[in-house]
Amino acid sequence: MVGSSSSWSTALVRISPYTFAAIGIAISIGVSVLGAAWGIYITGSSLIGAAIKAPRITSKNLISVIFCEAVAIYGVIVAIILQTKLESVPSSKIYDPESLRAGYAIFASGIIVGFANLVCGLCVGIIGSSCALSDAQNSSLFVKILVIEIFGSALGLFGVIVGIIMSAQATWPSKG
Amino acid sequence: MYGFEALTFNVHGGYLEAIVRGYRSGLLTAADYNNLCQCESLEDIKMHLSATEYGPYLQNEPSPLHTTTIVEKCTLKLVDEYKQMLCQATEPLSTFLEYITYGHMIDNVVLIVTGTLHERDVQELLEKCHPLGMFDSIATLAVAQNMRELYRLVLVDTPLAPYFSECITSEDLDDMNIEIMRNTLYKAYLQDFYRFCQKLGGATSEIMSDILAFEADRRAVNITINSIGTELTRDDRRKLYSNFGLLYPYGHEELAISEDIDQVRGVMEKYPPYQSIFSKLSYGESQMLDKAFYEEEVKRLCLAFEQQFHYGVFFAYMRLREQEIRNLMWISECVAQNQKSRVHDSVVFIF
Repeated sequence: MVGSSSSWSTALVRISPYTFAAIGIAISIGVSVLGAAWGIYITGSSLIGAAIKAPRITSKNLISVIFCEAVAIYGVIVAIILQTKLESVPSSKIYDPESLRAGYAIFASGIIVGFANLVCGLCVGIIGSSCALSDAQNSSLFVKILVIEIFGSALGLFGVIVGIIMSAQATWPSKG
Repeated sequence: MYGFEALTFNVHGGYLEAIVRGYRSGLLTAADYNNLCQCESLEDIKMHLSATEYGPYLQNEPSPLHTTTIVEKCTLKLVDEYKQMLCQATEPLSTFLEYITYGHMIDNVVLIVTGTLHERDVQELLEKCHPLGMFDSIATLAVAQNMRELYRLVLVDTPLAPYFSECITSEDLDDMNIEIMRNTLYKAYLQDFYRFCQKLGGATSEIMSDILAFEADRRAVNITINSIGTELTRDDRRKLYSNFGLLYPYGHEELAISEDIDQVRGVMEKYPPYQSIFSKLSYGESQMLDKAFYEEEVKRLCLAFEQQFHYGVFFAYMRLREQEIRNLMWISECVAQNQKSRVHDSVVFIF
């Protein structure tokens, strides 16, 4: 048994790894959707206001909203993948180091994906708002600012990749 | 938190900011001004303006046109846009938008009081008031005899009430006192607006502080130049200067003791931002000072649009529209009086 001297470390390792895993899954979908929603409202309010004077911008600038939405989809995909990794172990082995490792891996994967998608959604949302406003004034600016948005949305993808790699090696101890 | 306004500004202000930026794209450009400057008559001006955003406001005007009609209709457009923004704004943006109109309220109050002093009809004066500065009991201003009555009868219910504490006296209203009252009210208004913007914090306070400081300094210079040779004492003059801005407090000390324009120039040239303004004027000349100040103001207002997620764009837009209306008035007057050579004396291009 690890960490037997301090009472805090003892308490920490006696938390069931199922808890950590479940919280990781919740964070992966919950915080990703928070980021996506935040980004969509930032872009959407500017887009609607700017489209009153310049209606031509509406169809093109929906791309910004789609980039934000993609962030939420990443969160859903990773949550589904993570929940398939959640297996039962016999109660004698639940506090083995192997079990703890699997629980922590799923937890960390959830946090990685959740927070990477949160900031990605924010980033794409703010850029999308500026993109809508500048497109309304000068339509040649749209494509250039879209390139910035594409780089921004790559951040969410990084989070998803690392999260999936983390969760791939979350193996619970085998029965028996 | 400064720098993170982008995260929460759009909840309440995103839609209106996008709308005001759309309005800004409708400001007249240098090409429009060139067309207008080459018009031969007011009918030509009306025709050119109907191709711009002023079209719906001017198309029903019967000929012969007057310059005052053109200016009135253009001001009406500004008022409509302002009201559309105000009715959709939430706190603190709605308070901010209301602050923008207090300057016009002060001008209207002074207009009516002065007009009554010279025995003009109240209805005629009400028609000349700026529509953005109207409030309910404005017609009652004609009844007041001195400042105390003015305050007690009318102004205590308006937003201008807190600005009156410094200038209530029992003296009767005459021309000199009215000008002093106007400047004292405006000083209190600017300081209040400055404090309000500081309280808002973030990018709004930074951008608005710059614009308001320039406004305070410009008023200080104008007060100084206008009071040279009058019976306004130095202490009275110093009391009319605001307590913020680049010139506070040392520049104000020097301005208070200036007796002619060259001394004013000497004071202002010590401040680099104003040095460029005064270097454009030759010695002893002050007619072009107004235009130089307007140009500097327009430059600063256009810079407010460079940043997103703050309230300064609303203030900047209102001021730029007012400048445009001033330009249109000047052009119409020049065309109506056949003085087209002087058209470029006072037109400030915005783009």
